[in-house]
Amino acid sequence: MREYLVDLEMVKQLEDKATQIRKDLLNFIYRIGMGHLGGELSVVEVAVALYYKYLNYDVNNPEDPKRDRVVLSKAHCSETLYTIFSDLGAYSQDYMVEHFECLEKSKFGMHCNRLYLPQIEASAGSLGHGLPIALGMALGARKRKENHMVYVIVGDGELCEGSNWEAIMAGGHYELGNLVCIVDKNQLSMTGNTKDVMNIDPLGKKFEAFNWRVMEINGNNMYEVCEALQAIPPAEPEYLRKPIAIIANTVKGKGVDFMEGESKWHGGGIAKAELDEALKMVERNRRVR
Amino acid sequence: MATDMTAKTTYDFDQMLSSAREAYGEELMKMADEGLDFVFTYSDNVAASSATGKFVAKYPDRCFNFGIAEPNQVGASAGLALAGEIVFSQVFGPFLPLRAADQIHTDIAYNDVNVRLIGTHSGVTAGGGPTHNDIADLALYRAIPNLMICVPADADQCTKIVRKSMEYEGPMIIRIARGAEPNVYKDTDYEYEFGKAITTKSGNDMSIISCGSSVYWSLMAARILEEKGVNCRVIDMHTVKPLDVEAILNCAEETPLIMTVEEASINGGLGSAVAEVLAENSWGGKFKRIGLPDEFAVLGDPMEIYAYYGMDPESIAKSALELLEK
Repeated sequence: MREYLVDLEMVKQLEDKATQIRKDLLNFIYRIGMGHLGGELSVVEVAVALYYKYLNYDVNNPEDPKRDRVVLSKAHCSETLYTIFSDLGAYSQDYMVEHFECLEKSKFGMHCNRLYLPQIEASAGSLGHGLPIALGMALGARKRKENHMVYVIVGDGELCEGSNWEAIMAGGHYELGNLVCIVDKNQLSMTGNTKDVMNIDPLGKKFEAFNWRVMEINGNNMYEVCEALQAIPPAEPEYLRKPIAIIANTVKGKGVDFMEGESKWHGGGIAKAELDEALKMVERNRRVR
Repeated sequence: MATDMTAKTTYDFDQMLSSAREAYGEELMKMADEGLDFVFTYSDNVAASSATGKFVAKYPDRCFNFGIAEPNQVGASAGLALAGEIVFSQVFGPFLPLRAADQIHTDIAYNDVNVRLIGTHSGVTAGGGPTHNDIADLALYRAIPNLMICVPADADQCTKIVRKSMEYEGPMIIRIARGAEPNVYKDTDYEYEFGKAITTKSGNDMSIISCGSSVYWSLMAARILEEKGVNCRVIDMHTVKPLDVEAILNCAEETPLIMTVEEASINGGLGSAVAEVLAENSWGGKFKRIGLPDEFAVLGDPMEIYAYYGMDPESIAKSALELLEK
């Protein structure tokens, strides 16, 4: 019999939360008329596990110096984080809709801005920027002897950008054990399969060759996500240790059958009929443990 | 109102040379010794024997080498600033604006972080031809919102900028030359203020507005002009953004000819900035930009290149006399 390292009841609760976040996210994108549902749905398990379980983070106290940092490099998927901030009580969905890309009233944008929202650690949008910024944050934590962790969520498509590999090289060089890079490897970029657009495999071996410790998981399996995040040792920034890459193999558009694996759902809005159908599918695809 | 330095001995024709690179490295050391807290990021161009190299050796815990990777260096500098640090980041100038443009725009300026990007080897001072020329930077930086652009006229002014930047909130470019440039200010006991141009020489027959080491060449040109009976004002526009508009308008009101001199492309740099102010204020006087023309520069020693493109004191004075006679 398999020995479970993670509490199954907790995993189930997180799975329920992921289902709810997917539904809230679909509703939110329907209301604002634009989003990047494919990549926003693929990263839900990772984001939910971080914000509801593994981060030392309180959305209502976002300036806490001891907080763990999350940099969303694939910032076009910001609506997933907004939806989580909303669910955790920072903003109502009505407020987010009212303040979404509306000139000087804007608080929320397709690409997140830290000056608008205190829960955002770094303004981003241009791809390939999150990893260098997170690297700097991890170096800063080491210099300041702060024991928090720095997580950066990158997409697999954006790993084409050379700046990522400069940062991956530097992360290994500086042995930043307080830096965790989570790759939401949903296999698709805007126009097609990453294998066809620009093959990034073997990704794990590449990180290992740059002196990172690699964990490869099914990133839409909450148990595996929890297992990986739980395996991360405490930050201890002064201790030289390999940084950690979690390669989360995911499905773009996860949870909505007609979006899964379809690059056309990379960006855009969703019609009412599609929303109704999508909500039913998310419920139907709820993992039963 | 521009700071008026004309009452003091402001310039030094003895050709005393100082290196801004060395001077700011020494200033970093002084500031750290005084207990000021900041970090330093750098690349594979800081020699151990240089002042910054000595600073790195003395304070290794706050210095981070990024090898040869400008985008990562600039991005990580933003991350260090987001972690709460004031960051000085030295980058080989020719590669700073062109390789790390997006990081300067997004990670530094858009994120509004306390990073002072120090681009060395400005203009053609690196030698080695157009791949190692830093000529497009001022045009690029000017178009990036929320980015202060400082171009110190000499080494001492550079240390003043570095020191003053500790009290400044926000991103900043400090553009310096290769090193061993003439001292503009003999009397260095003056208060430096961001955004406030310095009148290094008064005069009402014409004005030269300049920045960086070109200020010195402009003062030399003004001395030649003085011998010909032309009293030329020289403005040190050490902050290219935000621009001291009032100082420019004073020149427009009080002098019939304005020239700009800079060691950068004439497209989009200080000369363009001054031209914009003059045109939008319907100024009808004579105007000329002196700088590197719209071509990849010829190869040679910087002094030879200045003469070739009319940026040396004799050529600047000659251009001025031609325009005054027209």
